[in-house]
Amino acid sequence: MDFNDTPDEAAFRAEARTFLQANAEPKSRARPVLRLGDLGGDAVAQCKAWQAKKADAGFAAISWPKRFGGREASPILQVIYHQEEENYAVPRGLFEIGLGMCIPTMMTYAQPEQLDRYVRPALRGEEVWCQLFSEPAGGSDLAALRTRAERDGDDWVINGQKIWTSGAHLSDFGIIVVRTDPNVPKHAGLSFFFLDMRSPGIEIRPIHQMSGASHFNEVFFTDVRVPDAQRLGAVGQGWQVSLTTLMNERLAVGEVHRPDVEDLLELARALMLSGNGAVRERIADWYARTQGLKFTRFRTMTALSRGQTPGPENSIHKLVNASKLQDIASYGLDLMGMAGLVMDDDLAEAYAMFQQALLSSPSARIAGGSDEILRNIIAERVLGLPADIRVDKDRPFSQVPTGRR
Amino acid sequence: MNFDFSDDLKQLRDQARRFLAEQSPPKVVRQVLEGGEPYAVALWQAMAEMGWLGAAIPEQYGGAGLGYEGLCVLAEELGRAVAPVPFASSAYLAAEALLLAGSDAQKRRLLPKLADGSAVGCFALAEGTGNPDPAHVSVRATGGRLTGSKWPVMDGDIAGFAVVVARDDGGETALFLADLAADGVSRRKLTTVDPSRDHARIDFAGAAAERLGARTGWPLVQRLLERAAILVAFEQVGGAQAALEMARDYALERYAFGRPIGSFQAIKHKLADVYVAIELARSNAYYGAWALSADAAELPLAAATARVSATEAFHLAAKENIQTHGGIGFTWDVDCHLYYRRSKQLALALGSAPWWKHRLVELLEMRNAA
Ligand SMILES: Cc1cc2nc3c(=O)[nH]c(=O)nc-3n(C[C@H](O)[C@H](O)[C@H](O)COP(=O)(O)OP(=O)(O)OC[C@H]3O[C@@H](n4cnc5c(N)ncnc54)[C@H](O)[C@@H]3O)c2cc1C
Repeated sequence: MDFNDTPDEAAFRAEARTFLQANAEPKSRARPVLRLGDLGGDAVAQCKAWQAKKADAGFAAISWPKRFGGREASPILQVIYHQEEENYAVPRGLFEIGLGMCIPTMMTYAQPEQLDRYVRPALRGEEVWCQLFSEPAGGSDLAALRTRAERDGDDWVINGQKIWTSGAHLSDFGIIVVRTDPNVPKHAGLSFFFLDMRSPGIEIRPIHQMSGASHFNEVFFTDVRVPDAQRLGAVGQGWQVSLTTLMNERLAVGEVHRPDVEDLLELARALMLSGNGAVRERIADWYARTQGLKFTRFRTMTALSRGQTPGPENSIHKLVNASKLQDIASYGLDLMGMAGLVMDDDLAEAYAMFQQALLSSPSARIAGGSDEILRNIIAERVLGLPADIRVDKDRPFSQVPTGRR
Repeated sequence: MNFDFSDDLKQLRDQARRFLAEQSPPKVVRQVLEGGEPYAVALWQAMAEMGWLGAAIPEQYGGAGLGYEGLCVLAEELGRAVAPVPFASSAYLAAEALLLAGSDAQKRRLLPKLADGSAVGCFALAEGTGNPDPAHVSVRATGGRLTGSKWPVMDGDIAGFAVVVARDDGGETALFLADLAADGVSRRKLTTVDPSRDHARIDFAGAAAERLGARTGWPLVQRLLERAAILVAFEQVGGAQAALEMARDYALERYAFGRPIGSFQAIKHKLADVYVAIELARSNAYYGAWALSADAAELPLAAATARVSATEAFHLAAKENIQTHGGIGFTWDVDCHLYYRRSKQLALALGSAPWWKHRLVELLEMRNAA
């Protein structure tokens, strides 16, 4: 075991530093980089410009094959790049889903010509992708989705509704899983496609979030035609393809949310509470958890760099991070006392980042696998405990109980 | 021992619940949340007509004389309805301050107005970041003139007058009455995590102030906070209960994997934990109600205990209600966030949990030393 860079890693780190120094602004500790969801149209342009720069310098997809603009390098270099980038204020939030989930799924299932067409523009940020999985009737239970696709000549015709689609309103393309056969058990009747978000018949309606932002959408499909050539995987194999996407989702963690433990420590110091025993204990607990996650990730990266596939144990990251964020935000407000609820920029402590996180963090415990689903995965897939007795798995989808909602 | 509300008060509770279900549905809360009005004016007027605003104000001062238990019952129902009205400021804080510290003339002048709703009062303690602490009081009342800033002041933008905690000519902490429409007062509405309740910053630049009664000293402020904390604990319990019921109803009707999500132990245990937290909080609040109505020596400790457990219960119930709802719980249009916002607003008004916990242990030590 060695936590120091190898000579190759050190050289890469120096290269990344040089690139960042020349092209990005160092981050000040206090002012958090706002997430895309909170920003206007300018932010999209900024995200795109930064992504192109990063891709051209070879830092956008370090472990991808060279023919797609990657370096074919170890995932450890990816971690190193992230560590360095963390010190800079770079725009984020537009490409994570596309590059973390959609394009990797494409790489597994799409034709070589399709990859030649789609990967580079996605990597350079010229084209944005979204993930059209969840539906009103299928969130945690994704395979309960009802959006239908019916074959018509060389095309499929899609009707139905997706929901919670992050960034659909900014996207050029999307990956979608739909039901192609309602008369077989739910997991067997799904198929997977990619599609042009400007296809006729697609209507996108933003959803107003409780935090005030509108980062996700409802997407309605009325007779939307998708060529069969855009099918990923065999007809009826949509569930397996979805699992590829979701496995990549679990890996795409590692994003640092603010406020983090350092922000809390800084707040406590500013409020002259850092000497308080109770405060110190809370900070120590969260720090130990943060470091535990960081080093767990290093272990995963090491395994990955040896060619092992990431497993369900990666559910740890979001499970711990999401509650930690909500709890740190709430505790931060408690430390501020009676003024903890104030959000005005000129009066609030720490630029109101604790207040903003209080209002946005509930989503982290739900999006991309809820706390409860992640615990089930750990219990069943890691610890080998028996799964719940299923009432929905073996009967035709059309006969599964659905309740009122 | 009789650790329950009387039949009369239970009737009041049922009546209040029905009334608020009609007069303070989420639509009314959202009207204020979204900036349509500073508070639910029509609801407030109706509450005044029903005599609620002066529930605990003695009849001789124009109140309904329902006593503190009656006020507790109403507080719980207002909490359940996340009612967007300045009730806590006017009925627990301003009215209590007058009752505790005011001269008879001051009581005669202001209490009837609070009771009939023709005046709204607020309590101005905080001066920015921090919990209640005499060392944090720097607003001065010298020669009958107030100078300095108070923020956040709950309902400070709505109220006609404020009970202001300030230093008197001798540097002692004392309470002062300030007319908020007077010269030398400027007010600014603040943005907060709960826009369904009004908060303001009030700047005093030599505004006229009248001393409230003759008493001075921090214990008076402390006492006022304790009394208010018991009433707020009822609001918190009411809000928590409503959030739990919302989660339970959704868990019954939402299906995943071919079953109601309420059939998953993860959801069952979650909601059972919320229930337990609420029942403990409710019982502690009841003890507080008794201490308040009997003006018992145990009141300070009862108040701190009720405050700590009600704050915990409401936060837990509100956040797990969102969690039980999944994605839909994070949307603006579903009511989960009304409870989540209010739970934090109430958790911070009167001082946050760490401060009350500290106070609780301090009181325990004092009791055990005696
Ligand atoms: C901010 C945000 C962004 C999102 N972005 C996208 C996106 O880009 N693309 C996309 O496709 N989706 C997206 N989603 C959707 C997200 O994946 C779903 O919200 C999530 O999977 C939960 O599904 P649901 O909302 O239907 O909740 P439900 O599945 O209805 O869950 C309700 C409650 O039941 C619990 N529950 C369900 N099943 C079980 C079980 N078996 N055992 C125990 N408890 C259970 C859940 O944990 C939850 O508490 C996003 C969601 C959010 C909040």
